[in-house]
Amino acid sequence: MTALPPTPAGFASNVRGALGDVQLRRALRQATSLFATRRLAAMTSVADWEGARTRARAIKDETLRHLDRYLEQFVASAERAGARVHWAVDGEEACAIVAGIARARGARTVVKSKSMATEEIHLNAALAREGLEPVETDLGEYIIQLAGETPSHIVVPAIHKTRAQIAALFAEKLAAGGADDVASLTATARRTLRERFADADIGITGVNFAVAETGTILILENEGNARLTMTLPRTHVALMGIEKVIPRLADLEVFLQLLPRSATGQPLTAYQSLITGAGGGVDGEGPAELHIVLLDNGRSRMLAHPVTRQSLACIRCGACLNACPVYQQIGGHAYGSVYPGPIGAVITPQLVGLARSSELPYASSLCGACREVCPVKIDIPALLLHLRSEVVAADARGPRRGERLAFRAYTAVMARPWAYRLVTRFARAVQHFFRVGETVGRRGIAQRIVPALGAWTAWRDLRPLAPRSFREEWKVRRRRGGPPEGGSA
Amino acid sequence: MRVSLFVTCLVDQLWPSIGVSTVEVLERVGCEVVFDERQTCCGQPAFNTGYRDEARTLARRFIEIVEAAAADAFVSPSGSCTAMVHHYEDLFEDEQWRARARAVAARTYELSAFLVNRLGVEDVGARFAGRLTWHDACHALRELGVRGEPRRLLGRVQGAELVELPDADACCGFGGTFAVKHADISVAILDRKVDEIEAAGVDAVVSADASCLMQIGGRLSRRRSRVRAMHLAEVLASVA
Repeated sequence: MTALPPTPAGFASNVRGALGDVQLRRALRQATSLFATRRLAAMTSVADWEGARTRARAIKDETLRHLDRYLEQFVASAERAGARVHWAVDGEEACAIVAGIARARGARTVVKSKSMATEEIHLNAALAREGLEPVETDLGEYIIQLAGETPSHIVVPAIHKTRAQIAALFAEKLAAGGADDVASLTATARRTLRERFADADIGITGVNFAVAETGTILILENEGNARLTMTLPRTHVALMGIEKVIPRLADLEVFLQLLPRSATGQPLTAYQSLITGAGGGVDGEGPAELHIVLLDNGRSRMLAHPVTRQSLACIRCGACLNACPVYQQIGGHAYGSVYPGPIGAVITPQLVGLARSSELPYASSLCGACREVCPVKIDIPALLLHLRSEVVAADARGPRRGERLAFRAYTAVMARPWAYRLVTRFARAVQHFFRVGETVGRRGIAQRIVPALGAWTAWRDLRPLAPRSFREEWKVRRRRGGPPEGGSA
Repeated sequence: MRVSLFVTCLVDQLWPSIGVSTVEVLERVGCEVVFDERQTCCGQPAFNTGYRDEARTLARRFIEIVEAAAADAFVSPSGSCTAMVHHYEDLFEDEQWRARARAVAARTYELSAFLVNRLGVEDVGARFAGRLTWHDACHALRELGVRGEPRRLLGRVQGAELVELPDADACCGFGGTFAVKHADISVAILDRKVDEIEAAGVDAVVSADASCLMQIGGRLSRRRSRVRAMHLAEVLASVA
């Protein structure tokens, strides 16, 4: 399934589909509230959670301020340890680099562990064009790959699927028995995937953190599949966004407290693999070569702007998705982008351009739950507001002309108390023609003239304008000798 | 203490009883209340939709109005409009305007925070017979940090029983223009809130923002619920 591009019409139709999908909404509700509860419980085991957030953000800010320097240091350290480092300006270049590595080694089989960066650049499709079919080895990613879908969550790619749906999928694609208990499902996946690991020529992983001082990359996971991916094949390719670098090994301490707790509510993931260079080490185990691909793909553009720079502090924990009331209702696919949810609505427009994703910054009620849970304190609502102002600025003659006129008129009225009084009095006089009982009618001429009114009254009663405004009440009170004369009015 | 009422356009036009109740409560606790009739809208709808020039125009005149007020504080029965005033600084690059915006923000309070934190009052002498639940308006909660204040005030209302919702701090789905731009998502979020309110078996859901109350109240009424949506000021003004 190729997700619809997030045009306003595409987004609206995605949303309609999602809201009408009872199973999807049930799965989302269960999973997001489960992760939220686990996260809260896990937080209590950190003595100073707020302090950890502040320290983590300070490390990210420091790194981003001198990203060029830290990247150069990382490259030097990694190469000294025996890794080959490649720079990719965009997704196309990154895919070409990985494909080139595969071609040069005559690779026929590829295994992959979970990586949002590879999703971002559509690496699987690029490798398929080379005649390679990378096998996803993370259980969630494997399910998605079998179903021909894309991940709907940054951390839990198959969050939108129920167990019964997965059992049916395994029965169809893997000739499994159809049992839908977790043990049977994972046993089926393990059996199939073990064979793939054994004969893979290349293993592709993402990177959670890259340490500048040592050239080490850290990969976190729970299933052991990433460790197999990076140790069994002869060649290990690790793809990372340039923002993944941190200065010192000691900085991992704070991030390892925050990331697993925020993501899945675990004190720590089951596996943490720290890889420094290649060559098999003293006992000759592990891959013969390690290639690290550094991906820009729009990130230096985010870095250049002081407001958007904090988007690069994201450590991809997915906590903002679980906390978001919008995500909880529509899930990840509706966003029509690789990165869904609040952080996706911030990152996607900066990666693909606002022209192609102008609706995403508006897919939020600005409730601030995302900022509250973010382990690195990214002010997502402020970023969404910033992006909205960019959408408006870029749309001088575009489809928002009606909205722009409405806001100009609104401002002209609100800047003049006499105009405000006049307009509200007029509205109060004419609303009687549209009134049904205590509320403004549901479907009528008014709704046709003002679509926003129709959008409101389709599901909600609308409180009519009061017979007398507060300022009129105030005048009456004052005449009665109530409160003394007000302000400078 | 002399207080200037920041009534908000929504309360002024749609729900004036909230404004009247706010005045009554403030007077009951000993404040002298004034009202500047030049005030209209704080500019929040424009700001939140991305129209910063328009928001700036309205911010400038609002700042001038607050500065002209011969009052110790500007008090509003709305968390989100108060939060908007606290955001004014971000609209300006000019350091002089930024400083003026900061000064105005420092004098502008949400009603419950003003009563509890500035005046140190928790019992305003209210009586209200019924079961109530509190809905945390997002901007009051997450922009201004108002959480305990309204609960303490409601806890002192004679005859009222306060019950907590399982997710009192979950958004009601209003979100300004979001409520009409993405009405379907807005109502899906809202229904989860309204389901919880109805399951709580209360007489009224109380909040600090007329916008959330319009959203919740509009759905309650469409669903023919017996639960009323009430503003904190209305409960605190009640002596029946």
